[in-house]
Amino acid sequence: MQMSKFLKPLVSAVGALSASLLATPAFADWGLNMTEGVTELSKQAYSLHMLILWICVAIGIAVFGAMIYSIIKFRHSKGAVPDTTLLHSTKVEIIWTTIPIIILVAMAIPAAKALVKIEDTRGSDLTIKVTGYQWKWQYEYLDQNVSFFSTLSRDSNAARQLDSGADVYQVPNYLLSVDNPLVVPVGKKVRVLLTAADVIHAWWVPALGMKKDAIPGFVNELWFRADEVGTFRGQCAELCGRDHGFMPIVVDVKSQADYDAWLKGQQPVAVAPAEAAPVTEAPAQAAAQPATA
Amino acid sequence: MSSTHTHDAAHGHDQHDDHHGPMKGLKRWFYATNHKDIGSMYLIFSLVMFLTGGLMAMFIRAELLAPGTQVLDPGTFNQMTTMHALIMVFGAVMPAFTGLANWMIPLQVGAPDMALPRMNNFSFWLLPFAFGMLLLTMLVPGGAPAGGWTLYPPLVLQTGDAFPMAVFAVHLMGASSIMGAINVIVTIMNMRAPGMTLLKMPLFVWTWLITAYLLIAVMPVLAGAVTMLLTDHYFGTSFFNAAGGGDPVMFQHIFWFFGHPEVYIMILPAFGVVSEIIPTFSRKPLFGYDAMVYATASIAFLSFIVWAHHMFTTGMPLVGEMFFMLSTMLIAIPTGVKVFNWTATMWKGSLSFETPMLFALSFLFLFTIGGFSGLMLAIAPADFQYHDTYFVVAHFHYVLVPGAIFSIMAAVYYWLPKWTGHMYNEKLGKLHFWLSTIFVNMLFFPQHFLGLAGMPRRIPDYSTQFADWNFISSIGGFAFGLSQLLFVYNIISCARGGVKASDKVWDGAAPHGLEWTVSSPAPYHSFETPPEVK
Repeated sequence: MQMSKFLKPLVSAVGALSASLLATPAFADWGLNMTEGVTELSKQAYSLHMLILWICVAIGIAVFGAMIYSIIKFRHSKGAVPDTTLLHSTKVEIIWTTIPIIILVAMAIPAAKALVKIEDTRGSDLTIKVTGYQWKWQYEYLDQNVSFFSTLSRDSNAARQLDSGADVYQVPNYLLSVDNPLVVPVGKKVRVLLTAADVIHAWWVPALGMKKDAIPGFVNELWFRADEVGTFRGQCAELCGRDHGFMPIVVDVKSQADYDAWLKGQQPVAVAPAEAAPVTEAPAQAAAQPATA
Repeated sequence: MSSTHTHDAAHGHDQHDDHHGPMKGLKRWFYATNHKDIGSMYLIFSLVMFLTGGLMAMFIRAELLAPGTQVLDPGTFNQMTTMHALIMVFGAVMPAFTGLANWMIPLQVGAPDMALPRMNNFSFWLLPFAFGMLLLTMLVPGGAPAGGWTLYPPLVLQTGDAFPMAVFAVHLMGASSIMGAINVIVTIMNMRAPGMTLLKMPLFVWTWLITAYLLIAVMPVLAGAVTMLLTDHYFGTSFFNAAGGGDPVMFQHIFWFFGHPEVYIMILPAFGVVSEIIPTFSRKPLFGYDAMVYATASIAFLSFIVWAHHMFTTGMPLVGEMFFMLSTMLIAIPTGVKVFNWTATMWKGSLSFETPMLFALSFLFLFTIGGFSGLMLAIAPADFQYHDTYFVVAHFHYVLVPGAIFSIMAAVYYWLPKWTGHMYNEKLGKLHFWLSTIFVNMLFFPQHFLGLAGMPRRIPDYSTQFADWNFISSIGGFAFGLSQLLFVYNIISCARGGVKASDKVWDGAAPHGLEWTVSSPAPYHSFETPPEVK
């Protein structure tokens, strides 16, 4: 009995493994590096990442080169005689302290400039309030009377259950698709206000280049301006409990005209004069709550 | 031996003067006051915890072998990651270094024992209870803690009955660490052999002295933080609850004020070990001894002013982000000095490659890779992309596994003949080294790629684009885990017998230090008359 309890997951793991091996050619994705993304901030992060990466590679070649040279050249088995007088050298020590300092200063300047840009949320074209819940996101378009929830799409949710038997390779955008994506206009500076209703979450879409925590009781902000129309996917990036892995973020970047049309479709048909007009046209599944002013 | 003495002794006679050997049976371990017995218990305990935490890692890697949920449901997965981290940090790495300190510090400073033997006993025996309680949480309603080892509120407050048990376990671990640290400091400050000035101490002793001060400084901070969690949960306080005027981010500041020095607590003794082994097998004294000591002290100081680099995404003000970015980058300088000094020690040396040296070299290469990714993570604008992804997981596993743990393995192979009086099986040791080094890279290097491609950490299932590297990583993980059984076998067979080790053990090389002047195995009371150090 005990054995079968342990064997079952093992068997299904092996099954999934062979399935994944078979499916691999079709989905081969041996990604190695950060992608550039579609915003100024993501491109800036990418270029800083590449700069520091190449600096590390250069230092690595020098340091590992010296280590490998020593290992090959100064072998006891090859009769190397140790130079026991080589105990320290002020000159060398000054050099290998100064050079890193120069490299770090050279690195710190563009990094500091980038930080200033990241934190400058002024002059935004629209503001969206994002609230993290266990385990979904709520998006509120401030002053637009639009608000809805965004949860993991049904097919992903069914496939991800323990022993669902589903072939996840057949699920489109497995774990990275939602019922109601966030929609924003292209080329516009979007300011995102972040908070949470229960525990800390973090809102992150790699292609947009920013990640910030959504903290209950506090409001954080970030901004992005997407340069391209398209669909961009991300995930919650702060452990938030059991289904932390299952509250993806999907951002649809649309042209201004498409965005305007979409927004109009989201807004209540007859705008009530008073507050608390229920969002009657919210998409199905959204369980949309009334947008309160 | 001792029993005859005790039988003869008059009632009320104290044991200390005539008691020259270990007690018989279990008493030897329960009543242990001898630094070698306690050191051995620490090391064995740490090995058991390493295997326990490793088994949890195997479950984690099994679940992550392929996309979809196969082995663990998401809640259990979170329990596994949380427990794996707590056990590895507090149960495997820290007690292993304390065990090495217990064994080696008296031998290296020429003392008969640790300064405070009874406290030593207490600090060890707290650990089995602490970890017994921590492991028991897996059986209580709601399961083990699942909010991550960082215990961030409000999430951690959703833990079930395990919560107070985990908090109390952390208190016990902290008390144990503090007592261990006090013992180390008192021993080093008061019991060095005549002539051994501070700047003549072996580097392992130096790094442990500094580590001990770090422990005393930060373990109470952790104890305070978890106590505030406890009162928030049970006594209605709102330290970390915004609704009551508190701040969840405050916990993160307090936690990382402990947590960053903690990182160095786990790596400074490793620096000490490597600084002992590389000179021995390079047959050449350590290059830049003074610089090594000052670099260690600088790293320890800097560790107190960099904590919020773990929190760049929490919404710190710009000036805060700048400060923590720059202070973190500074750490690269003393760390660089250390790596350069080790390299210069090998330069114009005469190198041989026994198992301890192989592990020390692997440390040197792979810890440096972990250092590089650490430097990358320091760059705050890029960290907004790296943060909480597998890139971070790869980074800290590079500094902790081929960093801290490889140095512990190097130390065990280096000093095991001194402890047991027998040589270990060199062929098996080398096999263990090659398998570990190959598979640790197969396990963790692909995780850099996963993080850069956008895979968040602490997720039990992932999108299919992450499948390939996760598969490679899991296979590496299983092979790395299995390879460690060779280590266990080698230790056990060495303790049971084998080729007799000489006093100097590494006769062909150039081991330096007082521990090589005593017999192998080392006498029960290391130095009964203090040696003279010139």
